[in-house]
Amino acid sequence: MNLDLNAEQKLIQQTAREFAAAELAPLAAELDRGENQTAFFTNLGKLAALGFMGLNVRAEYGGSAAGVVAFSLAITEIARACASTAVTLSVSNMVCEVIQAVGSDEQRHTYIPRICSGAYLAGAFALTEAGAGSDPAGMTTSARRDGDDWVLNGSKIFITSAPYAGVFVVWAVTDKTAPRGKGISCFLVEADTPGLTIGKQEEKLGQHASATNEVIFSDCRIPSDALMGKLNDGYRIAVAELAGGRIGIGSLALGLGLAAMDSATRYSLERKQFGQRLADFQSTQWKIADGFTDLEAARLLLMNAAFQKEQGRSFARAASMAKLFATESANRACYAALQIYGGYGYTRDFPIERYARDARITTIYEGTSEIQRLIIARDILTSFN
Amino acid sequence: MIFALNEEQKLIRQTVRDFAEKELKPGTAERDETETFDRKLMYDKLGELGLTGIVFPEEYGGAGADYISYAIAVEELSRVCGSTGVTLSAHLSLGANPIFTFGTEEQKNQYLTPLADGRKMGAFALTETAAGSDAGGTKTTAMRDGDSWVLNGTKIFCTNGGEAEIYIVFARTDKNAQKHHGISAFIVEKDTPGFSFGKKESKLGIRSSPTRELVFDNCRIPAGNLLGDQGSGFKIAMKTLDGGRIGIAAQALGIAQGAFEEALNYAKERKQFDQAISTFQAVQFKLADMATEIEAARLLIYQAAYKASAGIPYGKDSAMAKMYASDVAMKVTTEAVQVFGGYGFTRDFPVERMMRDAKITQIYEGTNEVQRIVIGAAITR
Repeated sequence: MNLDLNAEQKLIQQTAREFAAAELAPLAAELDRGENQTAFFTNLGKLAALGFMGLNVRAEYGGSAAGVVAFSLAITEIARACASTAVTLSVSNMVCEVIQAVGSDEQRHTYIPRICSGAYLAGAFALTEAGAGSDPAGMTTSARRDGDDWVLNGSKIFITSAPYAGVFVVWAVTDKTAPRGKGISCFLVEADTPGLTIGKQEEKLGQHASATNEVIFSDCRIPSDALMGKLNDGYRIAVAELAGGRIGIGSLALGLGLAAMDSATRYSLERKQFGQRLADFQSTQWKIADGFTDLEAARLLLMNAAFQKEQGRSFARAASMAKLFATESANRACYAALQIYGGYGYTRDFPIERYARDARITTIYEGTSEIQRLIIARDILTSFN
Repeated sequence: MIFALNEEQKLIRQTVRDFAEKELKPGTAERDETETFDRKLMYDKLGELGLTGIVFPEEYGGAGADYISYAIAVEELSRVCGSTGVTLSAHLSLGANPIFTFGTEEQKNQYLTPLADGRKMGAFALTETAAGSDAGGTKTTAMRDGDSWVLNGTKIFCTNGGEAEIYIVFARTDKNAQKHHGISAFIVEKDTPGFSFGKKESKLGIRSSPTRELVFDNCRIPAGNLLGDQGSGFKIAMKTLDGGRIGIAAQALGIAQGAFEEALNYAKERKQFDQAISTFQAVQFKLADMATEIEAARLLIYQAAYKASAGIPYGKDSAMAKMYASDVAMKVTTEAVQVFGGYGFTRDFPVERMMRDAKITQIYEGTNEVQRIVIGAAITR
């Protein structure tokens, strides 16, 4: 056991923290109101220039090769200032990682550098459908072979970064007769492919600057080499590779929770009622103690999952535990922080209400808390024989 | 950053688990029922295994291992017997460690070595009827008389009380000093004239660990048994409890882990509605939450232990670990009883005992309410 960060990890954490404080924090409220998308895009470019789009990606593809712990640290620091930027970053990193893990040599050399360099503002995952949320095997989007091409038809929903992503990882049914989950394949589809259109943008509770859209495939023709990984192996890819994304979203939630508790703690040291500071009341001290204890446990679970992944060990259970615990803790922390702020916390004069809104989705996307519990329980039940 | 145990730590886990499973576990229920402290099994054997001084240097009879190894040992003992877990924790963290940290070379040679090698057992006497969470309210006195100190007063809730040979006793040496500044720490041996044992508590849990009242009636001890500086007793007590929290957190973790494994195995066997209850989401979700929270508690404990061994300040970390792990232990054991249903409420299964044992971990070594004050103060300071 050695729970200290190494020099490179500390440097990345510090770089992310400074960038977040200087560039992201001043903008976050404006972005939350739906304004200044230009600045949001500019910052994505700057983050790419810092090497943050491919933190756990090999240098030959333009990545930073800094590892999973560094990825987690960076996402947390970015999310302290702006969760919308953090989720864009997390998803783009995961698109790079999936291509690196299962893509062909050509796919890797074509697409990963475009994301890492900022040539693409973002990458996107297109898995969820109206009838296939927690149960992705229920998807109906299809890919039909036609000569040398594949033809995609169907509709995906809740796709993060869809309007400005350069490339989509798309899952579609390639064998309707196969048993559940055995007839799905994975494809790489460029944004400007004819037949791919971006549909309705969701109006959401939080994470406003991060666009969430429907993506429609209507006789969308892609070349045969757009298939990523083996034919009909898509479901396994989704299940295996998306576990890494849970570390990203858990890290994002941690950043929000810490931002909220830091802010509320500072407030409690200034605000006076009944002739004393809020921090002098035990009821406030307890909220602070519980909030930070939960977040510290969350941080350790995330670091543990990141470490296991970085070592090439199986990490699915650890990632699900970290995601479940960090996102639930972050929500509790945000609401406790809002309570410390009282009525002011409910106003947009302070960032607390935004943290609370932004945190809410983290227990839902990248696998709901309920799905994480299923994964954890199944893993324990099968390994405890 | 390395999230993996080293070979020594793994070996300690395996050794203690083997002992716990083979020798400790079979009699746990009966010892609980009859409130029996089996000194040979619950302490002397720990000495033979090198656990009674596991963190102390070999020159003082210790094993020279780190605090993570210590936490692992307490966890593994507590996994099958919470009483044995606290016996080791109270002896090592509270009885022996203050002598190691604050004692003179002479005191270490005379008192620490026999404690560390397991010939003698240690205990800690701070709490009084009117001084629980508020240790500054200590009323027991120590008056200087020539080359002696004369102790008068009563201590309560002393773990290992009556069984231990060496006691760290806190007493007021200056009545005029401010609340926290007039307290000093002393080393008192069993069988010292004027030192006797009062009521042995009958308890909800950890029933085979003795909890006893200590009575000092003109108890005369040598001047050389003052531990640390005169008037520094409160500081010694607080520092000692910082380390002790790692032990109690590990005890809570072990109890939780034991209950979780019992519930898991039962859920896989028990059939209702023609299927194992482990196939129901209601049960799966309980197991997932238990496992996740246990893992979070374990990491908090390892972090506090890592810092303790690395010489990094760890007071906030051990308070977080103790508070969180004990709350998890209470929750997990309660849920384990729920998984067992009516059977869990009977003494035919160990989970009701684990639930009873878990409760004290939220109370002693600083209540969780006090932990929250410690943590809150560390953050807002």
